[in-house]
Amino acid sequence: MNLELIIAGALLIALTFYVLTGGADYGAGVWHLFARGARSRAYRALIDQALAPIWEANHVWLIFVLVLLFTAFPPAFTAIVTNLHIPLTFLLIGIVMRGASLAFRYADVPFGELHTQWDRLFALASLLTPFWLGVAIGTIVGGLPAVSGNFVATYISPWLQVFPFLVGLFTVVLVSYVAAAYLAVEAVDERLIEDFRWRAIAAGLAVLLLDETVLLASRNGAPILWDALTGTAWGAAVQFGTATAGLAAIVCLWQKRFRWARLCIVGQVTLTLWAWAFAQFPYLVPPQLTIYNAAAPTLTLQWLLLALGVGALLLFPSLYYLFRVFKQQAMFGHDDPPPSGEQRRKGGHT
Amino acid sequence: MPDLLAARSLMAMSLGFHIIFAVVGIGLPLMMVIAEWRWLRTGEEVYLTLTKRWAKGTAFLFAIGAISGTVLSFQLGLLWPGFMAWAGPIIGLAFSLEGFAFFTEAIFLGLYLYGWRRLSPAAHLGAGIVVAVSGAASALFVVLANGWMQTPRGFRIVDAQPTDIDPVAAMLNPSGLFQVPHMILAAYAATGFVVAGIHAFRLLRDPDNQFHQRAFVIACVVGGVSALFQPVSGDILANVVAKYQPAKLAAFEGQFSTESGAPFRLGGIPDLEQGRLRYAIEIPYALSLMLYLDPHATVAGLDAVPREEWPPVGVVRTAFQIMILAGIWMATVALWGAWLWWRRGSIVRSRRFLQTMVVTAPLGFLAIEAGWTATEVGRQPWIITGVMRTAEAVTPMPGLIVPLMFFGVLYLFLAAVVAWVLFHQIGSSPREEPLRRNRGETRPKELTVRAYGTEKKPE
Repeated sequence: MNLELIIAGALLIALTFYVLTGGADYGAGVWHLFARGARSRAYRALIDQALAPIWEANHVWLIFVLVLLFTAFPPAFTAIVTNLHIPLTFLLIGIVMRGASLAFRYADVPFGELHTQWDRLFALASLLTPFWLGVAIGTIVGGLPAVSGNFVATYISPWLQVFPFLVGLFTVVLVSYVAAAYLAVEAVDERLIEDFRWRAIAAGLAVLLLDETVLLASRNGAPILWDALTGTAWGAAVQFGTATAGLAAIVCLWQKRFRWARLCIVGQVTLTLWAWAFAQFPYLVPPQLTIYNAAAPTLTLQWLLLALGVGALLLFPSLYYLFRVFKQQAMFGHDDPPPSGEQRRKGGHT
Repeated sequence: MPDLLAARSLMAMSLGFHIIFAVVGIGLPLMMVIAEWRWLRTGEEVYLTLTKRWAKGTAFLFAIGAISGTVLSFQLGLLWPGFMAWAGPIIGLAFSLEGFAFFTEAIFLGLYLYGWRRLSPAAHLGAGIVVAVSGAASALFVVLANGWMQTPRGFRIVDAQPTDIDPVAAMLNPSGLFQVPHMILAAYAATGFVVAGIHAFRLLRDPDNQFHQRAFVIACVVGGVSALFQPVSGDILANVVAKYQPAKLAAFEGQFSTESGAPFRLGGIPDLEQGRLRYAIEIPYALSLMLYLDPHATVAGLDAVPREEWPPVGVVRTAFQIMILAGIWMATVALWGAWLWWRRGSIVRSRRFLQTMVVTAPLGFLAIEAGWTATEVGRQPWIITGVMRTAEAVTPMPGLIVPLMFFGVLYLFLAAVVAWVLFHQIGSSPREEPLRRNRGETRPKELTVRAYGTEKKPE
């Protein structure tokens, strides 16, 4: 197997981890927009407890994606950061606002009335960041031909299209969906569990709907995706798999089997991401830059792979330890047959 | 404003903002771990309080550092795509390793901050040590990457493209290897001095407060020892600069013409027209002696390089002087502290020393900002010394004044909130003499509430 391919695989895995962990942290923030009245306090407590120990670690996956991209595939990185300067700047602003508002909220300073403002900023930034990430991804899959036109043609029209915006919307709903499922597992308050159960079901239906909409829009917006998913056997299989996982997740949510639901959702999201990646294979940035022609020299890739291997030996046990300590019940527990609040609370402290 | 200048200003702003939090993320965990170690050794609860308070500060400042670092990793590409396309395969390895160090730091900081009741004391201290070590490791890799921009290694240029790339040789470039200890010592010195200054300020009003005494001593040891070693590492680094970037060193020292037996010049105003430094105080032969251990050695001046390859002499020279003076002052204060400890057995009883520490507090960060300015502006007009000019690397995207203004406002806003949060965190530190276990008359409850920051938040 080629080095380029392995590193491209690592890139995809890092992105998948980012969406499933860091993305879910943003999704949790999106639900904050819907927190109203007395329950918003309980909700805030839940999200604080869920996010505080892990959000920074989850965020690092994005840094990894960037670093892998510019180390192993510099021309692809350059094409993306040049043409997508504007949406990436919006993405960056969202990241800064979300991170800063979390840091300020956790700083335990009596902000008084301002606490509400931080919450609002947190929720808004949590909404915008995945949106712009989705826009960037949607633009890339649609293709970034090397244009030497005017400002608008180079820096605006590639992303100011229906398809990238649909992908942005899809990303927001997707991460909200993941977050709702995670929070339904982690919540101990019966009413919160119900809240997130219904939110997850609603978001799940929206994801299924948007999934199809994005696919239809890709016919014009990203032909490479359309051709692969509708014109090949594996494309049909992936579509079938994604839809099955999505429907199974909704059934599990309905039956309050939250851990099974979460598993299905993780599968669904992973399939969605990987379907996109495989659809545009071997292109990193269609229509010109592929994994092969954009790859860095072999020695760089060899050292990078060595660093990734050694780093992974360090990273995954550490991550396991982190989640083992803070997410014991959520990650490694079981669904309680009759989910009564008392039992769950006990479980949370083991 | 031309786009190149806007891009440079934006990058400088982002780095200048980030470096403060990055430095605290290296220095504060070390002090936090020392305090926790003292707590485990002595069982004095004041050390536990101190650990938790420093941990609180670390948590907050690390988070700001993490997001400002994310901004940088994006802006490297957003502003300098030409540089990243060229340099990515060469220095990407250093950034990847830095990524792992950052990951480790984030993971174990989460464990440290929220794992007080879930980890055993030894595991908790261990997590803290991992945070401190990986913080320094992040600095190691990032500074190695920066060093490569000063002294690029590990490639050959064929048709304006790098070939025969060797990422390890690139990482182990001469400038980087000597910048690393200088930067890490700077981080410890700056954090130590600023924390010591804060506690000294409190001790001046509340001299018997054991919380502040212990905090002051730990911060002074961390800051003072580093400040003593810093001039040595700086001198070694200056030799490297003299060898590989003579124009930069000439700008540092205001050395316009090549001469043997060069003096060390203090102060003065560079006169670019006439090519000399006016009104400087000169210490004869000192520069030649410091650089080459020979009073008659020849030091290359700015005249050794073409005029268009000069860095902006005024800025570089001023920044360098500020750094040197701040460093010398800090080392002197550290010596004074060592003398106090040796002669009187205590550094917390001398009011004059405490007052001096208050005044000295910001100098470490001033020196870091100045030193970083000298390093990076001194590299101009190159983004990769001798290989690529900054102007060639900038993004073709026009209108960079817009993000510059926007991020300027954003950083001002963040800085204001950070200052406000720190003011509150520091302001809520215990005023009264905190408890020791064998003293009943103090009010432990109030202390713990304040120290752990669990004041009831108004909704």
